[in-house]
Amino acid sequence: MSIEMTKAEVPGVPLLEVRDLHVEFHTRDGAAKAVNGVSYTVDAGETLAVLGESGSGKSVTAQTIMGILDMPPGRITGGEILFRGEDMLKMSEEERQRIRGDKIAMIFQDALSALNPVLSVGYQLGEMFRVHRGMSRKDAKAKAVELMDRVRIPAAKERVNDYPHQFSGGMRQRIMIAMALALEPDVIIADEPTTALDVTVQAQVMDLLAELQRDFEMGLILITHDLGVVADVADKIAVMYAGRIVENAPVHELYKRPAHPYTKGLLESIPRLDHKGKELYAIQGLPPSLTAIPQGCAFNPRCPMAQDVCFTDTPPLAEVLEQDGGPIGGRASACHFWKETIHG
Amino acid sequence: MADREPILEVANLVKHFPLTQGILFKRQIGAVKAVDDVSFELYQGETLGIVGESGCGKSTVAKLLMNLEQPTSGTIKYKGEDISKLSGRALRAVRRNIQMVFQDPYTSLNPRMTVGDIIGEPFEIHPDVAPKGDRRKKVRELLDVVGLNPEYINRYPHQFSGGQRQRIGIARGLALNPEIIICDEPVSALDVSVQAQVINLMERLQDEFDLSYVFIAHDLSIVRHISDRVGVMYLGKLAELGTDGEIYDHPTHPYTQALLSAVPQPDPEVRESRERIILTGDVPSPANPPSGCRFRTRCWKAEDRCAQEVPVLAIPERFAKDKGGVAHPSACHFAEERDVVHA
Repeated sequence: MSIEMTKAEVPGVPLLEVRDLHVEFHTRDGAAKAVNGVSYTVDAGETLAVLGESGSGKSVTAQTIMGILDMPPGRITGGEILFRGEDMLKMSEEERQRIRGDKIAMIFQDALSALNPVLSVGYQLGEMFRVHRGMSRKDAKAKAVELMDRVRIPAAKERVNDYPHQFSGGMRQRIMIAMALALEPDVIIADEPTTALDVTVQAQVMDLLAELQRDFEMGLILITHDLGVVADVADKIAVMYAGRIVENAPVHELYKRPAHPYTKGLLESIPRLDHKGKELYAIQGLPPSLTAIPQGCAFNPRCPMAQDVCFTDTPPLAEVLEQDGGPIGGRASACHFWKETIHG
Repeated sequence: MADREPILEVANLVKHFPLTQGILFKRQIGAVKAVDDVSFELYQGETLGIVGESGCGKSTVAKLLMNLEQPTSGTIKYKGEDISKLSGRALRAVRRNIQMVFQDPYTSLNPRMTVGDIIGEPFEIHPDVAPKGDRRKKVRELLDVVGLNPEYINRYPHQFSGGQRQRIGIARGLALNPEIIICDEPVSALDVSVQAQVINLMERLQDEFDLSYVFIAHDLSIVRHISDRVGVMYLGKLAELGTDGEIYDHPTHPYTQALLSAVPQPDPEVRESRERIILTGDVPSPANPPSGCRFRTRCWKAEDRCAQEVPVLAIPERFAKDKGGVAHPSACHFAEERDVVHA
């Protein structure tokens, strides 16, 4: 494509960086603050998992990066999204379009509704090459078959003219992955890619995604509500709550010793497969309404550790250190009492 | 447990949905074998978990138990009486004792009815449970029991969160003081932090009202947590049946082993130490299931015998004398213990 877009990697500049992003939605009850100052980075070959429950803002952040946020009712009220150092929010729609699909691609949760039911999968895959690369129909179809082979759809040649409903859920998700991979993007955002699939198929799809990411040296953002699903493939995790990142950590670290009471509660409330526990730990209460996020720390009404300061001051995302003050590396927590949470 | 009388006895249950062709002259060209020869028992006060992937027939089992579908063959006995043949008044009387909690609290509550009307509706059909003047009071009590503010009685479903709605669904299920509650994926639509609250509530209610649950779900960790016994379904058949310890700690059916090994594990230590069995391919169509053992097309142990002989769900002979968890019904010709959870 255009030359200025295929700029070589600039040392020191992350592949994709979200900086202090704010997004709100206009509703009848006032502004719903879906994203309240989210920052994260992804480098080539790196996998970032964004963990959060519904309404935590994880998908809205992704949609904003892709530029597919519905505006209105959505509104970006602040922040930057830098792709190789350039702010995408300042680009024209034309420039955005060249990045979308080509440089940054997305995999959606529900493949059946993300694919067009009246067009064959070969046509939809080929569309990527016809629109972005100006290929002929014939060449595009050949490319589509190649891609379907790449994501290990059996008998790709015969199935290229089949329609989405003729594929099983796992196969449809493979087609979604193929479509995202088509133009060999630098970043892939996968929004709950395996949530709609059965457990035995989940593992297949996750393994495929991890393998392709390694082969293509892509940056991968995995959005999920299930830590177990991403634990094998993610390098680092960002935990979101009420539109903010409350904790950043490498995967193993997060599970072993969470530094935010929300993460801690979340991990403890998951029943275990290897032994039958007693009563489950349950985080009290409900996630806050985004039109009325509590003052101070948004988690304060549900937090067992909350003190006066939690109701007045919003805790910053601060670096988490070892007990002796030494660095842990890559860890941060937005809790006034992270020391007590992690070191007990 | 064997010395107790089962409250619900399901024997050789079969449900085939006919596939037809033609508009004027319909002819049957086959059948979706959704449930094919399933037998199990449910005892008073216990929870029977049923797990399986989508399309394995677990929800059809729920519908059959509720008599929302007529079985093709087989019997469902509630306290010795076959309920699948009942109709009219007799059926209504039995249904009072078997209630259901649905998966999706967003579609299973009528958006135009208040919470009071939703929970009180069962009383319209069974007026003997609560006389007219008493109903509001009864509804308030139920709201309180499931942990909702009784003042919310005049609110509409959309004013509640997912977890609260599921509590409303549970209150409705409890309204008639049933003995059995069939729960079809009751927490899978809820957020993780809310799931635990609802599970704890269901366990508390079970103790309080001596309820029996049939708990249908695809999340194996949750099923282990809540169930006393577990049945694993694959393509309309039970592959393995046993207590939670027998199934999770001593699985002998290859499908159960694969299913357990595929469960995503957040604990890095458990994850690294255990083995993973990744199955190839997808679940075959229930309209045209494989001959013999239905799992053979994805099984790494499959031999000729598996294509010819349908394995029966019984305690494998070689384990019959074993003590411990291995001796439980497993429908596999080559049943073999393999601990995939602990490693």
